[in-house]
Amino acid sequence: MGERQRIIIAKPGLDGHDRGAKVVARALRDGGHEVIYTGLRRTPNQIVRTAMDEDARFVGLSSLSGAHGHLFPTVCNLLREAGLNDVIVFGGGIIPDDERPALHAAGVRAIFGPGTTSSEILEFITEATGRNCGVGSDDSWHWGE
Amino acid sequence: MDPISGEGLVIAITGPPGVGKSCLVDGLLHRLAPEHIVAVLAVDPTSPLSGGALLGDRIRLSVLDDTSKADSIYVRSIATRSSSGAVPSIIQGLASHLLGNGFGLVIIETVGAGQAEMRCAAIADRIIVVEGPARGDGIQAEKAGLLELADLIIVNKSDLPGADKVVNDLTMSLSLTDDSPEIIKVSALQGDGLDQLPAMIFALESRVSSQRARNRQRLLMSHEHSLTSNPLFEAVLDRMSQEGLSLAHALEELS
Repeated sequence: MGERQRIIIAKPGLDGHDRGAKVVARALRDGGHEVIYTGLRRTPNQIVRTAMDEDARFVGLSSLSGAHGHLFPTVCNLLREAGLNDVIVFGGGIIPDDERPALHAAGVRAIFGPGTTSSEILEFITEATGRNCGVGSDDSWHWGE
Repeated sequence: MDPISGEGLVIAITGPPGVGKSCLVDGLLHRLAPEHIVAVLAVDPTSPLSGGALLGDRIRLSVLDDTSKADSIYVRSIATRSSSGAVPSIIQGLASHLLGNGFGLVIIETVGAGQAEMRCAAIADRIIVVEGPARGDGIQAEKAGLLELADLIIVNKSDLPGADKVVNDLTMSLSLTDDSPEIIKVSALQGDGLDQLPAMIFALESRVSSQRARNRQRLLMSHEHSLTSNPLFEAVLDRMSQEGLSLAHALEELS
């Protein structure tokens, strides 16, 4: 088990489905991390504010509504604007393969779709921690590269 | 550990799981912000198996959706982690820091079960214990320890049947105490009885007996902290389990 991280699990935008987010939150908790769940329908600003107040190292965004192309990069940009360059962003939900490169380019370090195992997400947390690949870093690495 | 100094007030809101503490804190924040700058330190237990924690108190805080109020509120979720000694001292440090940086009120929200949680509450200047109806008699002993610390008792969920009975039961069991705390009835869900709370909290007096109970917790906490922070602690622990070092000798070595 890697070192304990503080991780925000957030549901941005108008999307009422949070079973996936809750399963991921639970898996991260069982992996020894401290998980702060935001609840449904958060704005990007609220998520960034939560990451700041909670001194989180990771922000995990879940979207099943199709709005990830707008919401995920917005969260990344707002994190950088707030000076939270060390925060590592990952995402999950229903994200078509051809839309992933744009999200990676925006600073999302991993995208987990249906069928991802919890151990894979935990491995990502450990690897990303070691790489120090915050949303403001020059590193263009992403999980599964 | 020194008592918290400076302007401002630290209160603890505690009580058994499910009585509506977070909902009550939300109702309070709606009435305090933006006039008051308030911090909430929400303490939740760490899983003893994995060492992880799921911290979900923010979900109940609808006040954070109100942009005119959210800027005067700071919320920090805190997991108890493994040691019952460390977290209260961290919270004490946080509370002092917040008070020193413009926050007029710090609310420590914690489940009133277990030693670490009880000690988190004991840091506060004033302790509010929340109770609710239809909870059975299963946790009377726990309750007694908590009630000892209370400066005010809030019976939540007054919209549900049985709230009056809880008030009566509490009044009865506290009637033998010289300086029994006031008991009020509210419904955090419907907002009944909440408007009076901010003024009550700022005017709340510390009871003599709760002060004593609190100082007792602080003394124990400080004692345990100095014991566990002794550099020989782990080594002595090893010798007790591996070489059969007696408790008396172990204490002697650590004193």
